[in-house]
Amino acid sequence: MTTLPTATTKKLGLVIDLDTCVGCHACVISCKGWNTENYGAPLSDTDAYGGDPSGTFLNRVHSFEVKPPVLKDQPAPEAQLIHFPKSCLHCEDAPCVTVCPTGASYKRVEDGIVLVNESDCIGCGLCAWACPYGAREMDQVEKVMKKCTLCVDRIYNENLPEEDREPACVRTCPAGARHFGDFADPDSHVSKLSAERGGMDLMPEQGTKPVNKYLPPRPKDTLSEGAGDIDILAPYLEPVAQEAKGFLGWLDKTLEKL
Amino acid sequence: MHPAPSVIFFTVFSGIGFGLLTFLGLGFPNVTGWTAFAFFVIAYLCAVGGLISSTFHLGHPERALKAFTQWRSSWLSREGVCAVVALVTMALYGAGLVFFGQRWGILGLIGAIFSLLTVFTTSMIYTQLKTIPRWNSPLTPAMFLSYALAGGALLAGQVTWAMALLAVAAVVQVLLWAQGDGALAGSGTTLATATGLGAGGSVRAFEPPHTGTNYLLREFAFVVGRKHSMKLRVIAIVLMAVLPIALLAAPFTHVVALLAVVSHVAGALAARWLFFAEAEHVVGLYYGKR
Repeated sequence: MTTLPTATTKKLGLVIDLDTCVGCHACVISCKGWNTENYGAPLSDTDAYGGDPSGTFLNRVHSFEVKPPVLKDQPAPEAQLIHFPKSCLHCEDAPCVTVCPTGASYKRVEDGIVLVNESDCIGCGLCAWACPYGAREMDQVEKVMKKCTLCVDRIYNENLPEEDREPACVRTCPAGARHFGDFADPDSHVSKLSAERGGMDLMPEQGTKPVNKYLPPRPKDTLSEGAGDIDILAPYLEPVAQEAKGFLGWLDKTLEKL
Repeated sequence: MHPAPSVIFFTVFSGIGFGLLTFLGLGFPNVTGWTAFAFFVIAYLCAVGGLISSTFHLGHPERALKAFTQWRSSWLSREGVCAVVALVTMALYGAGLVFFGQRWGILGLIGAIFSLLTVFTTSMIYTQLKTIPRWNSPLTPAMFLSYALAGGALLAGQVTWAMALLAVAAVVQVLLWAQGDGALAGSGTTLATATGLGAGGSVRAFEPPHTGTNYLLREFAFVVGRKHSMKLRVIAIVLMAVLPIALLAAPFTHVVALLAVVSHVAGALAARWLFFAEAEHVVGLYYGKR
């Protein structure tokens, strides 16, 4: 049945630290690699070396510019660039699951992971329509819906060394911007991290109750603070020539007169 | 949203087909024998043709039977179940009319109810999506049902009903457009809520994840044709309702009635193209496409 479980034993998910992410896309590549070589239909690329390349990805990194408002004490605020990795949020109220006509989409009772049973998927695409985050992509070659599995074939895989039993994106992140754990346990490091840093939901108004949390970026260094006053002695320095001299001075005056 | 021709044809023709079946089930027109046969052939061609065309957009149509299993949670599954019940019931009812000259009223009533339920469940597939604020409105099922009933009345030759229902469909359609134009802004979903970065200032999509396009952009960020939206709306309303009503007001001949049907179908197709092409999916926000 594609009805959602009323509660799940664990709530496995990710914490994504927008303060730490450097936008290197390593998580994108490791995700694509692992999920092409392992469980389920491979993530295809079409026209990969041609003029119109396109492919299936379960994790994509956007970049957003945040421009702070102009205020009295910050007359010329500097814009911030935020790198923003986005994959399935394994929502508690996952709208993608209930719309599925075949029961191919489901949320696991034991750990809350949202998965697609690819042999039942008819490729109607309705689950991707229902997802506000763009977390589901129809594979253009296999014609089935692909989505983040939270590397379900890694996290319980006893053939892997213990340190590798976490999602490929988390394992590979060189900045430590991604964390994996159980949000049902208030003492888990992801729960604590999220509580400490004000972990937030994306599009809370959509009512999806995402499990994954995003940590907001901290204010950046204020390099431009007091621009023009780089030294306390600066006001005592001789002012730089305000008027041009020589040929440029002549040109400036002549043009003024015209 | 990408306006897939298969889905546009499916919703328009199955709507008209099930609308006609509704009228036939209720005994309007009260026909038997070969006349009834002709009416039922038209209704089934529209309804079943529409359903078949809807399977063209499936990635794996060979697994379509599995779609009947999840009626407890999925509107798409419910649509399939209602359609089969309606088609089977109406086939029995039609057989009575055509081959036995008998009108089994109770079967007709059940068939009519399930025909309308099929149209309603189709509309709920779109209405349920909070991700597409333009569709997430009670006016969406009202629009689908009024189109189905108007088209059905037109094909059933119920001139008075057709004129009234076409006018109703036009009014509902205009209301849906008017409400839909402010729906995304009214939904409260913005790039600020999508990223959670709104507290820091104004958020702008700076760089997309890839230089190429992807499934999400092709499926959800359709922006072609918005430029001509107003012209297309006028054309759709004139063809779908105004012209057919004027033709029906003229003395009845089969040629005029056929022209009215052709005009209505053309208008309905244009309106349905706009229904998809103008729908804004919130995922477009992440790509700065809204």
